[in-house]
Amino acid sequence: MGPPASSSSTSSDERLRRVGFVSRFLSRPETGAVAGALVIFTFFSIVAGDKGFLEPLGIRTWLQVSAQLGIIGLGATLLMIGGQFDLSVGSMIAAAGMMFLMPVVHFGWPIWLALLVTFLFAGLVGLINGTIVNRTGLPSFIVTLAFLYVLRGLTLGVTRAVTGTTQVSVRSFIGTVEGVVTGADARAVLKDNVFGQLFSFEFLGLPASVWWWVGLTIVASYVLLRTSFGNWIFAVGGNPEAARNSGVPVEFVRVVLFMGTATCATILALLQVFDLGSADVTRGMLKEFEAIIVAVIGGTLLTGGYGTVVGAVFGALIFGMTSQGIFIARWNTDWFRVFLGALLLVAVIFNNYIRKRATEAK
Amino acid sequence: MAGDGTPVVELRDIVKTFGRVVALSGVSMSVRAGEVMCLLGDNGAGKSTLIKILSGVFPPTKGEVRLRGEPVTFASPRDAQQRGIATVHQHLAIQPLMSVSRNFFLGREPTIGWGPLKRFDVGTARRVAVEEMARMGIDIRDPDQAVGTMSGGERQCVAISRAVYFGAEVLILDEPTAALGVRQAGTVLRYVAQARARGLAVILITHNVHHAYPVGDAFTILRRGSSYGTFRKSDVSREEVLGMMSGTEELDALESELEEFARSDRDEAARGGGGGARTGGGGVTG
Repeated sequence: MGPPASSSSTSSDERLRRVGFVSRFLSRPETGAVAGALVIFTFFSIVAGDKGFLEPLGIRTWLQVSAQLGIIGLGATLLMIGGQFDLSVGSMIAAAGMMFLMPVVHFGWPIWLALLVTFLFAGLVGLINGTIVNRTGLPSFIVTLAFLYVLRGLTLGVTRAVTGTTQVSVRSFIGTVEGVVTGADARAVLKDNVFGQLFSFEFLGLPASVWWWVGLTIVASYVLLRTSFGNWIFAVGGNPEAARNSGVPVEFVRVVLFMGTATCATILALLQVFDLGSADVTRGMLKEFEAIIVAVIGGTLLTGGYGTVVGAVFGALIFGMTSQGIFIARWNTDWFRVFLGALLLVAVIFNNYIRKRATEAK
Repeated sequence: MAGDGTPVVELRDIVKTFGRVVALSGVSMSVRAGEVMCLLGDNGAGKSTLIKILSGVFPPTKGEVRLRGEPVTFASPRDAQQRGIATVHQHLAIQPLMSVSRNFFLGREPTIGWGPLKRFDVGTARRVAVEEMARMGIDIRDPDQAVGTMSGGERQCVAISRAVYFGAEVLILDEPTAALGVRQAGTVLRYVAQARARGLAVILITHNVHHAYPVGDAFTILRRGSSYGTFRKSDVSREEVLGMMSGTEELDALESELEEFARSDRDEAARGGGGGARTGGGGVTG
């Protein structure tokens, strides 16, 4: 998507240089990610196509990995366009999963109540992060880094105090209440719930996470490109002082964006809980960086003010296809991180070039 | 429009202190519709503070701001904006990475639809941006072009035409020509004249008399936080304005100082520039 092409009313202007399709495509923020995703898809189709990369199960696997990253990548992208980072995303995944499953398993809360409280908690974390950044003027990098530790530590401390372990499983819950059942059956208890269905359904052979990803992408892209709030996000990230002078409620926009990243982390946490039937205090490690990588590979500027949601989708696809492609091709997966680091560097250099084109060329 | 006599905007005995620092000590000023008031002063004279009070960034410590004869207090820059005071800031309220049409409507996006489906009306935004820029005499080629690709003068034009479009009655321009070359500055001054012709009260802040004099109808001179007075153009010459701005005495002192430099240079040249000890003929006392 991105800012749409020129309207026909001005195309008669003789000074409007005929800009070729290629040149227009090149000056869009998501270009690099789209091209990269195509290259990687082609590459793994050739080297691992016969090993299952193109089979339904293979596609399902890399789509699911992409979707999980894509969901937190969306939040990170909008926030980064708004000029901030959220490093507490990974810890939030563990905290939200626990926040939901522990009351259900140990206190017998109904699922709807636990879901409600978990989402309220996410909103609160976003509110705290955003408010501290607004009030202190500190870089969000530092503020959310603090919460990376605080949230992780709180999750660990509270979980151990309540349960005596670091993992809460639906199996233990079923075990105490209804006698011995297998893990697969136990998960069914979560999934049979109407609200539980939201996070565990399958459609057209694809898991809920993929559909959540698609849905959230459409919503996020719509908000960014077709609402006043979207316009404010760009402005707050590009030049907050100027945005304030134009009457944009800068603090409000930031808080909402931080709530967005925490909510995305919560959605991912719930998808994982329903998928695996357990919550674990170690979940979500390093996810905060992966979310940022997805945004950057997707063409969003680290400095804010520029980027697209669609780019982040392809950024997540690159990530998912590569990590699973290497696995499916039965290569040594140790090399994945090397590739990822190199990719990040290339993406940033490419993005800078694109930005120069967008602001200086003509 | 506040026709005939009543000033659109009036400041009475404005005092602003920041802790122990007195930024403004009793400044008064008034501007009518269709008039360009130039606010002149050297760096640190208090121009920016005055503008921030006028545009609602902070209230004055003492004194009164009157809008169309009524005393007002602005809750925020947005409040001032809604009451018809548009400020084009020194650091432009323009986002270089955003398109012309998005910038034009930033903070006041046109919407269509209702409730949760209320959305940014991109079509209208593009059309209006092109039309309004054309009315100011700038032919933008592509409303989706990033503002960063435009020249400094054109960027000012986006900000000015935006203010005019949104029904501003008072247009405050904070150093609009400071970062511009001669020709670009000329372009911007033409937009200022355009805005005046359309009946706006314009307050032009600058420390450049050569930019202020051709376009100004009246000049208020600030010196070290207080007003040196307001003068109609018919009453003062460019040189007099310049003199009052920096203080004639100071300028005279500077002139004689520079002459001293010139004389000592001449002396040295006459002596052949050799190793001769320099006797204090050109001793400049600082």
